[in-house]
Amino acid sequence: MREGMSMSRLLTYAEKDTWIHRLCGVTKLIFFLAWSVIGMLTYDTRVLIVMLFTSLIIFKVSKTEWRQVGTIFKFILFFLCLNVITVFFFSPLEGTTIYGARTDIVHLFGNYWITKEQIFYEMNIVLKYFTVIPVVLMFIVTTNPSEFAASLNRIGISYKIGYAVAIALRYIPDVQSDFIKIKHAQEARGIEMSSKAKFHVRLRNMATIIFPLIFSSMERIDVVSNAMELRGFGKYKKRTWYSGKPLKRNDYFTIVFVLLFGSVAMIVTFYDGSRFYNPFR
Amino acid sequence: MKPIIEFKNYTFKYRSQTEPTLRDINLMIYPGEKVLIVGPSGSGKSTLAHCINGLVPFSFSGESEGSLIVKDQEPNKLGVFGMSKIVGTVLQDTDGQFIGLTVAEDIAFALENDMVEQNEMFRRVNEVAQTVDVKKLLKHAPAELSGGQKQRVSMAGVLIDDVDILVFDEPLANLDPATGKKAIDLIDKIQKEDKKTILIIEHRLEDVLYRDVDRIIVIGEGRVVADLEPDELLAGNILKEQGIREPLYIAALKQAGCVIRPESRPQHVDTMDLKDYSEQVREWFEASTLPAPKKSQETALEIMDLDFAYISGNPILSSIRFKIKKREMLSIVGKNGAGKTTLSNLICGFINPDKGSILLHGRDISEKSIKERGEIIGLVMQNPNQMISKPMIYDEVALGLTVRGVPEEEIKKRVYDTLKICGLYPFRNWPISALSFGQKKRVTIASILVMNPEVIILDEPTAGQDYYHYTEIMEFLKDLNKTFGITIIMITHDMHLMLEYTDRAIVIADGELIANDTPAKILTNEAIAEKAYLKKTSLYDLALQCGIEDVSGFAERFIYCEREIKMKTQEEIEEIDGSSNERGDVNV
Repeated sequence: MREGMSMSRLLTYAEKDTWIHRLCGVTKLIFFLAWSVIGMLTYDTRVLIVMLFTSLIIFKVSKTEWRQVGTIFKFILFFLCLNVITVFFFSPLEGTTIYGARTDIVHLFGNYWITKEQIFYEMNIVLKYFTVIPVVLMFIVTTNPSEFAASLNRIGISYKIGYAVAIALRYIPDVQSDFIKIKHAQEARGIEMSSKAKFHVRLRNMATIIFPLIFSSMERIDVVSNAMELRGFGKYKKRTWYSGKPLKRNDYFTIVFVLLFGSVAMIVTFYDGSRFYNPFR
Repeated sequence: MKPIIEFKNYTFKYRSQTEPTLRDINLMIYPGEKVLIVGPSGSGKSTLAHCINGLVPFSFSGESEGSLIVKDQEPNKLGVFGMSKIVGTVLQDTDGQFIGLTVAEDIAFALENDMVEQNEMFRRVNEVAQTVDVKKLLKHAPAELSGGQKQRVSMAGVLIDDVDILVFDEPLANLDPATGKKAIDLIDKIQKEDKKTILIIEHRLEDVLYRDVDRIIVIGEGRVVADLEPDELLAGNILKEQGIREPLYIAALKQAGCVIRPESRPQHVDTMDLKDYSEQVREWFEASTLPAPKKSQETALEIMDLDFAYISGNPILSSIRFKIKKREMLSIVGKNGAGKTTLSNLICGFINPDKGSILLHGRDISEKSIKERGEIIGLVMQNPNQMISKPMIYDEVALGLTVRGVPEEEIKKRVYDTLKICGLYPFRNWPISALSFGQKKRVTIASILVMNPEVIILDEPTAGQDYYHYTEIMEFLKDLNKTFGITIIMITHDMHLMLEYTDRAIVIADGELIANDTPAKILTNEAIAEKAYLKKTSLYDLALQCGIEDVSGFAERFIYCEREIKMKTQEEIEEIDGSSNERGDVNV
């Protein structure tokens, strides 16, 4: 059970008192979506650098600790490296095509050259990741899940979907502790789950945990759905939210800021008709 | 006065069943009454409650005849949502029915669905939280609460709708005895202060009667068998006939040959007028005998100075030290979260102690892996669905042998032998999904037994079972213990089980072992009972009030007598069954 609890603490909402935590879930959702869209559209290095610093400042202000996000950050970093390498192998001269110049640094083999343009291009990809990652992580650890459900509802998504998200979060720790209990009991019966067993044996053995887990989860779903119905869930088309927050001055300020920033960023990016900033011409 | 609930010639049949579950029910419950509904599993008592809150026929469909009126409304017209404004239901599963991410949100859930404005919600949540005393916990997540606290939150969640009727479905099932007492107190307070009509469905009769109830309704095979005031019901023999456990002091009085009259107010042992009976009880006590205590045999398991903590400086268990004799039946008791499960996890090797060791027949087993320990110490979990991983009975029982590479022929022989012992042989080719809860429990016990373990640990072996099934499972375990010499350890909240079936009990409170003695001695010791959230047995009060000083001796003798009688009836049943050894014919 404790094991389960510490596992669930990774990347979950942690209550703190910063002005980011005090912001309404809707605001954070809008900010996060807008920020990601800007980050995806622009390849303008100047814009990306400004965004990177803003992200880092926001991250710092949110008082997010490394242990809350460390594991997931390393995970993302791994994919980033994979991405950078694949881009190079599939298209080593992408930078040259984009920037219309070619400055070779070193010849690797066959058609593979390392060029200044390619390095610059891939650096932009890395920058894009780093402008969005802190904001995503910050969004997850500073937004109360039930308030998030309320936010989804407020931007027009059915409350049933919003509640499905909230209830999944509610039962994750329970299912985790069930999982550990079942795993132990099956190990005691002699089913090897450690690395001692061969991979395909382990995979098959996993089934002996998954089945009981599904059955006990189904029992749970039965109870929950009865309990929800008995207390009137789904009675009306709308519902109110205990943990919903009204929009305040800071919320409006944040939304206006992100929209203004987005407009400026787009103007700067597309001023010369291309979404790439080109230092080679 | 006009009844608030009225059943008239009411019959109900589930769509999936051929026979009606409720037959010709005629029942009236008046506003402000507190009514206890008892009956064995499958008697229809839960169905009765579901008819009142509208789950029948809306979530569980079927056909009904006759009429049911609840506060001038017909539930099968009004629907579950409509009924939820009149009837609040607190379900048995304290964990599953907790919907919100925090206490406050869970309490507010019904209001949210009713589109109540936020400030109004804050006000009403605060008010109700005050009533059930969870105000300090409003921001807590369910994982941070105890079972008793979760249940109080559930109560608040239905009270917030200002319902007239509250239905409690087995409110004591998941609680330790002392927490159960508190729950009964709170229900009593709600009834008196808020003038609610209360229906409690529960088979732990004695624990509910800790506070007055107005009436007890006994349901048997879908019919109302009795509808009496508690004093009258306890004086008669209906409970016994219906397979419902009588309060222990009542059973003891009857054992002593007393004929209980309703005028003696037998509802509570402490206020009962015992003067006409005490002479007889004393005589019985002096005449009864106890067999000599079992001689101490060799030690099976020895726990030596075990320390364990998840976070250092915050011990879960400290200096736990005790011995378990071979062929012993031992219970581990204590309040929720005291460390009982941690102890069994340590014995099974799921977690490793920070200090101390565990010896089996004098040999340290700390080097053995979980799998190796599993061959000598078997664990049966509380919920059989958490163990069963194969669709067929044979495969499930064979699993432990198959993964160990035992030859096919030997597996077959051992599985069949085990199934015979467990009375499951006739079902050997059945799918597990066709079995009842009690039968599934037997399958899980069989799947452990097949590996010939020396020790079996059972977590709450009888939770949620009525007296009949309880007796059946416990007699089965006792038989395993006697016939095959298997040492049995049970983790339990059930004081009856501990008193009736175990030779010794280990009491754990706040991570420390505070007692290691016979159950009768522990349950007649007020200090220990209080510290470990146990409930001292009513036999204690009975003995004291009858002027018997040796209270634990009294409890021991009574339990011994009951066991003897039970064994005799069990033997008679087996003789009638045609002396065949196949207990599988008895439908668990």
